[in-house]
Amino acid sequence: MTTPSRALKIAVFGATSAIAEATLRLWAAQNAQLFLVARDRERLERIAADLTLRGARGVKSFVADFDDPSILAPMLAAMEAALGVPEVALVAFGTLGDQKAIARDPEAVRRTLLTNIVSPAVLLTALAERFEQAGRGCLAVITSVAGDRGRASNYVYGAAKGGLQTFLEGLRHRLAKSQVQVLDIRPGPVDTPMTAHMSKEGFLWATPERVAADILRAVGRRRTVLYTPWFWRWIMLVIRHLPQPLFHRLNI
Amino acid sequence: MVSPFAPSTRHLAWGRVHRCTHSVSRPRGVAEARAALAARGHRSLLPYGLGRSYGDCCLNPDGLLLETRGLDRLLSFDAERGIVHCEAGVSLADLLVTVVGRPAPDGGVWFLPVTPGTRFVTVGGAIANDVHGKNHETAGSFGHHLIDLLLLRSDGTIVRCAHDENADLFRATIGGLGLTGLILEARLQLVSVPSLWLENEDLRFEDLEGFFRLAEDSRGWTYTVAWIDCLARGRSLGRGIFSRARHLNDRRPPPPAPRPPRVTVPFDPPISPLNPLTLRLFNTLFYHRLGRRGRRVGVMPFDRVLYPLDGLAEWNRLYGPRGFFQYQCVVPPDGAFSTIARLLETIARTKQGSFLAVLKTLGDRPAPGLLSFPMHGVTLALDFPNRGQPTLALMDALDDIVLAAGGRLYPAKDGRVPAQVFRAGYPLWKRFAELKDPAFSSAFWRRVGEEETAPATERPA
Ligand SMILES: Cc1cc2nc3c(=O)[nH]c(=O)nc-3n(C[C@H](O)[C@H](O)[C@H](O)COP(=O)(O)OP(=O)(O)OC[C@H]3O[C@@H](n4cnc5c(N)ncnc54)[C@H](O)[C@@H]3O)c2cc1C
Ligand SMILES: NC(=O)c1ccc[n+]([C@@H]2O[C@H](COP(=O)([O-])OP(=O)(O)OC[C@H]3O[C@@H](n4cnc5c(N)ncnc54)[C@H](OP(=O)(O)O)[C@@H]3O)[C@@H](O)[C@H]2O)c1
Repeated sequence: MTTPSRALKIAVFGATSAIAEATLRLWAAQNAQLFLVARDRERLERIAADLTLRGARGVKSFVADFDDPSILAPMLAAMEAALGVPEVALVAFGTLGDQKAIARDPEAVRRTLLTNIVSPAVLLTALAERFEQAGRGCLAVITSVAGDRGRASNYVYGAAKGGLQTFLEGLRHRLAKSQVQVLDIRPGPVDTPMTAHMSKEGFLWATPERVAADILRAVGRRRTVLYTPWFWRWIMLVIRHLPQPLFHRLNI
Repeated sequence: MVSPFAPSTRHLAWGRVHRCTHSVSRPRGVAEARAALAARGHRSLLPYGLGRSYGDCCLNPDGLLLETRGLDRLLSFDAERGIVHCEAGVSLADLLVTVVGRPAPDGGVWFLPVTPGTRFVTVGGAIANDVHGKNHETAGSFGHHLIDLLLLRSDGTIVRCAHDENADLFRATIGGLGLTGLILEARLQLVSVPSLWLENEDLRFEDLEGFFRLAEDSRGWTYTVAWIDCLARGRSLGRGIFSRARHLNDRRPPPPAPRPPRVTVPFDPPISPLNPLTLRLFNTLFYHRLGRRGRRVGVMPFDRVLYPLDGLAEWNRLYGPRGFFQYQCVVPPDGAFSTIARLLETIARTKQGSFLAVLKTLGDRPAPGLLSFPMHGVTLALDFPNRGQPTLALMDALDDIVLAAGGRLYPAKDGRVPAQVFRAGYPLWKRFAELKDPAFSSAFWRRVGEEETAPATERPA
C-alpha cells in the first residue's frame, strides 16, 4: 500500500459504535489521522490502540457524553487542536432501547429523542459552521431506515431518525453553495450491540463491515443519501407507499 | 435490562453436521462479558471464535455461546522483541495484515510462529486447540509461543496465566477446548524470518515408503506436508504429492498482503458435487498434476503456500446439507508406517475416500498443554462426506487401529469420538477435568469428559 503524503483527517463521534469501529478500521488501513469521541474511556482507549496498530497515523481521543451540552466547546477545541477541520466527520452515536418499554414511559421518550435527534443536531450545527468556513469536507451521519416511516416497533427512535434525516436535508440545502458534502447514511438492521438481543435469523441482517465499506464508497463518491445494504432503498420505497389499511395489518 | 443473549441456529461448526440452537452473546469487553456471566442462570457457557473447528468442540447445544468477535483489538506490539498483545478474538488474518512483515532488529521480518491451514481462526481458538502448522517439527504448536493470557472464570475473577503464574491453569487452557474459562487477552511471541516469500517444491511419490523417504530428506525445509491419493491401493497405496517450503532469503520487495477470498460458495447445494465419481476424478488428476517429471519448484507469497483453501470462502458448503466429518489422528513414530498403511487400506476398501487426505510428520517437542493434540509421530487427516451410519462405522474402525498403535484423535476436527477412545489417547484428561471451569461445557465435553462413561452416545444423523 502506498502511504499518501498527507493523511486523511477524520473525526468520529460515537467511536465505540460497532459500525463506527468497522469504518474506522478501513480508514486506519489508509493511514488516516483520527480524532475519536466516545463516553466509555476504557473501550475508547483500546480502540485507539487497535487503530494505531492497524495503520492510523495518529489517534487522539476525547471522552464525552453527547447528551451533556457543556462538552461541545471543549470537544471541538480538542478536535481542532488535533486535526484542524477534518475532511470527514462521522456522527455515529445513537440508542435504540426497548420500544415496548419506551413507548409507555415519557421520560424514556425524552431521553431517546435527546440522544438521537437533539444531541446530533446540536453537534452538527457546530460542525457545519467550521466545515462551511473551510469550504470543503463531508458531514456523514448515521440515521436509519427506521426514519423513513413510523412503525409500531420503533416509532420513537424512528421519529428521532426521521427528524435527523430532515435536518440533514435542510443542512445540505443550506450548504449547497459550499463544497461541503452532507451524507445521510440509512442502514437496515445491522448485527451490532444495539441489536444484540434480537434474533439474527433471516437474511436481511448486514454486518458492520459491509456497512462500513458502503460508507467509505459513498463518502468517496460524494453521495447524499446512502441506503446500506443497497436493497433497503427499494424495500423502504415500497413500505413508504403502502396504503394505510394494508400497512396497519403488517406486524413490523 | 435487555438480555445480552439472542437465540441463534446459525452458529455451526465447520463440518456442518451438527445442527442446534444456542443463545449467543458477543461481549465487547470485560464489563459486558461479566454481564453475560451474570445473566447465564443455570445454563452452561462456551466461547466461540470463528467456528473453524470441524466438529462439536465449539458447540454447546441449548446452552450459551460467548462469541469473541467483539474482543478483537490489537493492544500493543513490541517491534524490538516481536511480542504482540491482543484481545482473544483477533484473527490470524488480522495479525497478517498488521504486525506481520514489520522489520525485526536482526534484519528479518516478524512472522507467525505457528499457523494452521487457514488464517481465519482467532487467537483464542488457536490457543484452545493448541493448533499446529506445517512447521511442527521445528516450531512446536501455538502454545509454545504464548507468553501469557488473561482468563475470565465463571465466578467473574480474571486470572493471569503464564509459565510462572497459575502454571497449572496455563497448561490446562492451552488445548483446553474453551472449558477453563473465556480467554480475554494473550501475548504471543512472533518469529523473525528472512522474508515473506517462500521457496517451495512439490514432489510426487509413488507409495507410502516414498512419503517417509521424502520426510526424512526434508529436514532443511521449514514447512512440510503431503497430500495422499486415498483411493489408490495395492502397490500404489499411499502415493501422493509431498510439498515443502522455506522462507526465501533474498531482498525482493514484500508480497502484497493476503487478499480477502474472491469467491464464496453462496448456499448449500442440495446435492453435493463431491461424490464418488468426482472424488476419483479429483484424486487422479491431482496426483498427475505435476506432469511427467513429477516435480515442481517455485517461489510464492507465503499465503499461497500456507493457506491454499482460503481463496474460496465457505467451501465447506460444497459437502451439501448433511455436512462432512474430518478425521485426524496422530500415531507414534514406531510402527507409524504399518499403522498408516492399515488406515489407508481400510479407507480404500470402503471407497469412502476423502478429497483432502493429508499426511505429515510431527516433531518431538513436549506438548505445552494437558490436552494438546500434537505428539511425536505422524498425523493423518481426512474429510468424509457425512453418509450417516457407514461413515460412522468407518471412523470406528479407524479408531481401533489408532488406539492399538497408541495414538489419539484431534478434538478440533472431531464430532463423534467415543469417550473411551478419547480418554485412552489423553491420559491427563482427569487432571484437566479438575482444572476445568464448572460452568463451561460443550457437546464434545459432555460426550468424552463427563464422569460416567455415557451409554453409546447420541450420534449425529
Ligand atoms: C481449512 C482449515 C484448515 C485447518 N488447518 C489446521 C491445521 O493445519 N492445524 C490445526 O491445528 N488446526 C487446523 N484447523 C482447525 C482450526 O485451526 C481450529 O479448529 C481452531 O481452533 C479454530 O479456531 P476458531 O477461532 O475458529 O475457534 P472455534 O472453532 O470457534 O473454537 C475452537 C475452540 O476454541 C475455544 N475458544 C475459542 N475462543 C476462545 C476464547 N477466547 N477463550 C477460550 N476458548 C476459546 C472454543 O470454545 C472451542 O473449544 C483447520 C481448520 C480449517 C477450517
Ligand atoms: N444496528 C442497527 O441495526 C442500526 C440500524 C440503523 C441505524 N443504526 C445506527 O447506527 C449508529 C451506530 O450504531 P451501532 O449499530 O453501531 O450500535 P452500537 O455499537 O450500540 O453504537 C451506538 C453507540 O452510540 C453511543 N452512544 C449512545 N448514546 C451516547 C451518548 N449519550 N453519549 C456518547 N455516546 C453515546 C454508544 O456508546 P456506548 O458504547 O458507550 O454505549 C455506542 O458506542 C447509531 O446511530 C444507530 O442508531 C443502527
